[in-house]
Amino acid sequence: MAYQFDFSFLSEYWPELLRGLWLTLKMSVLTIVLGFLVGTVLAIGRTAHSAWVRRACGVYVEVIRNTPLLIQMFLIYFGLASLGLKLGANFCAILSIVINISAYTCEIMRAGIESIRKGQLEAAQCLGLSRLQTLAAVVLPPATERVYPALTSQFILIMLTTSVVSQISAEELTSIAARIDSITFRSFEIYLVVALLYILLAVAVRGTFWLIARLVFPRLRRLGTPL
Amino acid sequence: MSPIIKLSNVSKSFGALQVLDGISFDVHPGSVVALIGRSGSGKSTALRCMNGLETIDSGEIDICSHRLGTTVEKGLLRALHLDVGMVFQSYNLFPHLTVGQNIMLAPRWVKKSAKGEARERAMEVLSRVGLAEKFDSYPEQLSGGQQQRVAIARSLAMQPKVMLFDEVTSALDPELTGEVLRVMESLAREGMTMVLVTHEMAFARRVADTVIFMHKGRIHEKGPGAMLEAPSTPELAQFVGNGL
Repeated sequence: MAYQFDFSFLSEYWPELLRGLWLTLKMSVLTIVLGFLVGTVLAIGRTAHSAWVRRACGVYVEVIRNTPLLIQMFLIYFGLASLGLKLGANFCAILSIVINISAYTCEIMRAGIESIRKGQLEAAQCLGLSRLQTLAAVVLPPATERVYPALTSQFILIMLTTSVVSQISAEELTSIAARIDSITFRSFEIYLVVALLYILLAVAVRGTFWLIARLVFPRLRRLGTPL
Repeated sequence: MSPIIKLSNVSKSFGALQVLDGISFDVHPGSVVALIGRSGSGKSTALRCMNGLETIDSGEIDICSHRLGTTVEKGLLRALHLDVGMVFQSYNLFPHLTVGQNIMLAPRWVKKSAKGEARERAMEVLSRVGLAEKFDSYPEQLSGGQQQRVAIARSLAMQPKVMLFDEVTSALDPELTGEVLRVMESLAREGMTMVLVTHEMAFARRVADTVIFMHKGRIHEKGPGAMLEAPSTPELAQFVGNGL
């Protein structure tokens, strides 16, 4: 192999890569927070008393989980534009990822909610707690604690998936890497660097989730045992 | 003295299975009523109907001035649960909360008590069940008997007028059963109105003012605790004989 590795372009393009990394991080945090909130609301809907609410949430989840993220993103960015509604690339990227991740988060949270025994709900009812109070104090905290490892994996996956939005020219890490590649023609080197940056980001996100768990689940922090 | 609980001709079915078949009885303030009978005789269902956890098919239940009919409004249930406490066989403590948080939750969220007041009350009821030192422990760090005593304390913190106990010692070994029964006995001595479903015949005989023997969804025999020593029906005689 006569290929000569050359990373010298990095000295010129570091700032751009860091800008892409920063946008990827911001996009990840935003989509994870919004995706968790929307997904949790959907999970509550999936376990609601009303059959209509359950069905509506179920249809949403099935439709989203059975179509590729890229198609959802194209539909929102190019599809809506052709209908006359032009939205920014970054906004469309975030919107499509939130829609996508919320469906998966919904199913994870539903598993957590359904793991709460009926007796817990009856105890809350007998103590006079309203349905909303029961949800907030008795159901969601242990449900989230139980599915937290699965949520963490899902969110890291979504952070990595943000690379797909380069397809609609959002200015995140992969998109910037593609641009640098088209100028320098150093494909192997640039994507190797980007891969390392994604690994660093994933490690940082995983560490952050570990820290959050220590903060929001005091029982876990003290006893260290799964709920 | 007018009864604090009055069941009038209460029936309840689950599908084709008739669980309660027109039962009626009164509970007077400060008295202890024990519901006994074989599994499936309807005693737990009767208790759950008294607390609105099950809706009755016919009849009426008057409890702490709340009337439960064949339909029950949500608002009425919340008001009822402020007056009537319930303790379950499987404790049902909230595992993600400490003992103190379990006890303070309802006073804080439902009665809107100040944190200091709720904490003081929690310590007081925990002391009553002999577990003041467990305030910061989590339920999984406690034995079954201790968890059940915390569940009793959690109900007491809401200062109910009536306490319902649904086979609260069934999941415990004899040693742990004793510590829970002692707490219940002291509550009875303090004048708490209690209705309990139990398989502890000796306890029922000693503590209950009235023992109700249920059989196939009906009240088969009713009387003071001494009734268990001289049953007048063969069904109760057999039940008590097997129990001993």
